[in-house]
Amino acid sequence: MMVRTIAAALLVAAGTANAADTVTASAGWIRVLPGSLPAGGYVVFQNTGDREVAIVDAESPAYGMAMIHRSSTETGMGRMEMVDRVAIPPKGTVAFSPGGYHVMLEHPTHPVTPGEPVQVIFTLSDGKKLPVTFVARPANANGPKD
Amino acid sequence: MKHITRRRVRLALLALLALVALVGCQREPQPEWKLNDVSGHLPDLDFRLTDDNGKAVTGADFRGKVTVMYFGYTHCPDVCPLTLTQLHVVLDRLGAPADRVRILFVSVDPARDTPAIMHAYVNAFDKRAVGLVGSDRDVEALAKRYRSAFTREPDRGDGNYEVSHSSAIYIFDGSGKARLLATPSASQDDIVHDLHLLTSMETTP
Repeated sequence: MMVRTIAAALLVAAGTANAADTVTASAGWIRVLPGSLPAGGYVVFQNTGDREVAIVDAESPAYGMAMIHRSSTETGMGRMEMVDRVAIPPKGTVAFSPGGYHVMLEHPTHPVTPGEPVQVIFTLSDGKKLPVTFVARPANANGPKD
Repeated sequence: MKHITRRRVRLALLALLALVALVGCQREPQPEWKLNDVSGHLPDLDFRLTDDNGKAVTGADFRGKVTVMYFGYTHCPDVCPLTLTQLHVVLDRLGAPADRVRILFVSVDPARDTPAIMHAYVNAFDKRAVGLVGSDRDVEALAKRYRSAFTREPDRGDGNYEVSHSSAIYIFDGSGKARLLATPSASQDDIVHDLHLLTSMETTP
């Protein structure tokens, strides 16, 4: 009985861990602007699992405030809106990229300089945290490397 | 029968010659723009603003340069940097003629954007970029002149706010005439192509 309970608990634990581990992030970079102006963070999320997982929040020790935003230039107007969740479909990929989804990072706790690694911790819809290392890039960078 | 055929051939040849002549005529004065040609549809470059060195400037100060005008603000972390980065890449690809081009970044956020902040901001993207600030009235007048619009969104609660703004890129020739209109999604190839044409027209008066 005891063994079975432990086994069941382990299974549940494994199941939960599995859900979080299915989401990975790569190519994270931050466009650093002069002074303490807000910066945009970009990254690619991949969900290898069979269930949808959403990104619901972000925070960073290097910034006082992190928010998930989406820009659009539809109808010729450039605007930004706050987003509550970004769903990553099963076996799918979602890119946070310039002109679309991005992490808006405000109030740097220290001057962030290009080349510096910056940690951003995402909260997933299953409650798990996903820490991702971004690289700080100059204002006129096109991506994590160029 | 033979006679009719010969006449038909002669007519067809004449039509072809006329067509070739017509195409030949049109090609000379009409550059083949890739972006939207707005010649004659938008007013000349004209404004009274302050540049990022704190100097009062007008549209006339940029005569002799091809100008690429874009409205935005420095607290814009995504779309404005994307557009300014694209313009920087475009000017680098343009090569030497880029010396005759200026990017004019007009702030639609007069409350927060000072010449000093604009100076640091535009220079982080490109040395050929000029930041322009002005009073609400002056900026509104300029935006209106080019049928552009901007709206200050409500405060997010922490004193910060976004400004929604037209994302169009306006291109003027060296005499200040409005020539082309591009969207931020325009291909860099197309912008490079048209700036090549426009800057080469400037050198051959």
